Amino acid sequence: MLRYFLSRLLTFVPTFLGVTLISFAFIRVLPGDPIIAMAGERGVTPERYAELQEQFGFDRPLIVQFWDYFTGVLQGDLGQSFVTRKPVWDEFFTLFPATLELSTCAIILAVVLGLPAGVIAATHRGKLFDRLLMSSALVGYSMPIFWWALLLIIVFSGNLGWTPVSGRIDLLYYFPNVTGFMLIDSLLSGQSGAFGSAVKHLILPSIVLATIPLAVIARQTRSAMLEVLSEDYIRTARAKGLAPARVNGLHALRNAMIPVVTVIGLMVGTLLAGAILTETIFSWPGIGKWMVDSIFRRDYPVVQGGLLLVAVMVMVVNLIVDLLYGLINPKIRKR
Amino acid sequence: MSLRTLLTATSLVLSMAGAATAQQTLVYCSEGSPEGFDPALYTSGTTFDASSHPIYNRLVEFKTGTTEVIPGLAESWEASEDGKEYTFHLRPGVKFHTTDYFTPSRDFNADDVIFSFMRQADPENPYHTVSGGTWEYFNAMSMPDLIESIEKVDDMTVKFVLTRPEAPFIANLAMDFASIHSAEYADAMAEAGTPEMMNQQPIGTGPFEFVAYQKDAVIRYAANPDYWKEGLPKVDNLVFAITPDNSVRYQKLQAGECHVMPYPNPADIQAMKDSDDINVMEQEGLNVGYLAYNTQMAPFDNPAVRRALNMAIDKAAIIDVVFQGSGQAAKNPIPPTMWSYNDAIEDDPYDPEAARAMLEEAGVTDLSMKIWAMPVQRPYNPNARRMAELLQEDFSKIGVTVEIVSYEWGEYLERSKDLDRDGAVLLGWTGDNGDPDNFLAVLLGCDAVGGSNRAQWCHEPFDDLVQQAKIVSDPAERTRLYEEAQVIFKDQAPWATIAHSVVFMPMRPEVEGYVMHPLGGHIFTEVGLAE
Repeated sequence: MLRYFLSRLLTFVPTFLGVTLISFAFIRVLPGDPIIAMAGERGVTPERYAELQEQFGFDRPLIVQFWDYFTGVLQGDLGQSFVTRKPVWDEFFTLFPATLELSTCAIILAVVLGLPAGVIAATHRGKLFDRLLMSSALVGYSMPIFWWALLLIIVFSGNLGWTPVSGRIDLLYYFPNVTGFMLIDSLLSGQSGAFGSAVKHLILPSIVLATIPLAVIARQTRSAMLEVLSEDYIRTARAKGLAPARVNGLHALRNAMIPVVTVIGLMVGTLLAGAILTETIFSWPGIGKWMVDSIFRRDYPVVQGGLLLVAVMVMVVNLIVDLLYGLINPKIRKR
Repeated sequence: MSLRTLLTATSLVLSMAGAATAQQTLVYCSEGSPEGFDPALYTSGTTFDASSHPIYNRLVEFKTGTTEVIPGLAESWEASEDGKEYTFHLRPGVKFHTTDYFTPSRDFNADDVIFSFMRQADPENPYHTVSGGTWEYFNAMSMPDLIESIEKVDDMTVKFVLTRPEAPFIANLAMDFASIHSAEYADAMAEAGTPEMMNQQPIGTGPFEFVAYQKDAVIRYAANPDYWKEGLPKVDNLVFAITPDNSVRYQKLQAGECHVMPYPNPADIQAMKDSDDINVMEQEGLNVGYLAYNTQMAPFDNPAVRRALNMAIDKAAIIDVVFQGSGQAAKNPIPPTMWSYNDAIEDDPYDPEAARAMLEEAGVTDLSMKIWAMPVQRPYNPNARRMAELLQEDFSKIGVTVEIVSYEWGEYLERSKDLDRDGAVLLGWTGDNGDPDNFLAVLLGCDAVGGSNRAQWCHEPFDDLVQQAKIVSDPAERTRLYEEAQVIFKDQAPWATIAHSVVFMPMRPEVEGYVMHPLGGHIFTEVGLAE
């Protein structure tokens, strides 16, 4: 297992190098100059432009800029935002807990609902539930997120008044940021009702963010299960009189899990992309919105730093997924 | 069902907790996060709303709801005969905020004024480079060239010496970048080795004290108990609930989660007006959207051709389609909320027949031209592409073929400055200081050709008037000069003036005393909440 882990870890190095380079190049390939974007209609004189170029270090050759960035990254320094003048690292870690909290709730929701739904659909193949589920999964997968979010807000917050419209907690509650996770901080604050408010605020954004992963997981589980259910050993298990729950749960599901776990791992990337829209609509102070804003402002350090951190996270999740394969299927770790 | 019970119970607890706090809290659903809390470092309205308006004051200020300049931290001021020296008499007894991170030991005085400007002007000042200071507005308003020196006459008197007479200077001092900071706080922070805290935990003399900011989520302020204007501010707490999506802001307003919201979606305005829970205020924005011809290229160097094209534009259709009603046709290069706006001027009639005849008379046939459409949305032009298409349609009716072009925004701004630019450019401007000079000289003056004068238009009779108005300090005389300049502008037609946006402010019925500000800021000093 250790060798397997180490070999997986080794693939990290070239990927990390590549990601650093791509994140640096990405924003610079886009047309548009941050200084001119900052000045807008008001414009900037050539002398002032030269001054600002020097101040931001754009007057140096690209390769030198990259080397500075890269050595900075290795020392944990991602530079400073052009706009807020705060270290990218600080900004990221102020905002990231909000994204993590929301994404975690969403992925839990997607797995908890998606796995059983897929299993039931597979075992009831062609029946009404299966058809209903598969068509709603298709709708869920293809629905525009912003439209879905607004629809839920209008119905549940506007008309029914069950959930708050947006934000992370009612403005009534005010307590210091300890962990950055509102569910935990609200409990720590000891203010009555704070935790409930935080939960209420999480409901709609989690549903919206979970929608696509839920649909994908349900469909993937169903097809993986169907494949396994047609295997000989399942027929054998059934023939020897095992209870259907045992056949489906132990023999079929475990073998169907490999592709499902892969999909869940890949979904983490999708979640972060979905978080951009979800966060904007629900005024959720996470990294999705932060990165989009910085692309429009051509805030190079934030874009490259944010991209790098997100990419590293996706890599870590995929590493975990690889390790999970090993746990689920012992054949893999012996390879 | 149990979820529903849980939710009802939770909201009951919430509303009870709300009733227990008797303090009045005004919640403003703002459209974005401030970049920081030191207004001189930034240029965006969102940042000014969160910093200069609640936290700071300036020597002179705009009377809310007008572009008129009134005393602020300076009780009075006088200009020397030659217009090159301005002496300000400071208001005594003004206190800086006392917060849990700073306690001032003295009242506001001349040192604070000098610090607030010198950190921007003097590269040797230790605060010049703090927080990556680029002092964009200070530079954009040509303050480094304009200010020769700032002198402390005594503790309560400050003298600004200018390099040339410049009447709009007073209006510049009412701008956000001229907010007055505490020199004592700056010294304390510099000594503690954390000078950037001035931008993160601000101290000012304004109506509200800064309490806390959670990035992208919420900003909290408390009323300044020592505010120098008696009886203000009217509420105890001010909260900015940052809500970037305009439909969501609308839902929050409707649900009572906030009292005031800016920038509604034009499509929602009718429904808001129909709702009993929402009042909608409206006002023309301090901006103008225009089509600038290149007046140095034939045949656009002929004013008759430009006037003919202007007469072919169906502005009513543009207001309808592009602005969806939230705009007003523009006839002058300055907006109607600005002093010296010449309302006697008649707009060009929409008359394609006459326009076609005028073109023929000018010897122009088979004209084909380019129209540049901006790639971004601006208050003065919410959809430049669509506007260009309507213009294309209008011009085709008089036999002019139009090709629409566009570039990335930075590129667009740069390339449109070229003297030999091919085509007419859609662009616009939002006023900085409420002074007509800020439109007429900046956008149409001879000095600005090859820069912000996108029409490349240098017309001496016009320029003389505008230059003269810069030097005279008598407001009545300046008004006369600007009114006359607008007549010349209309006759020469370097632009087709298209529209001014109309700004809408939806708010809850319990909000009292909100006044819309032509300069675009959202100001809550005098706003109260009915019980």
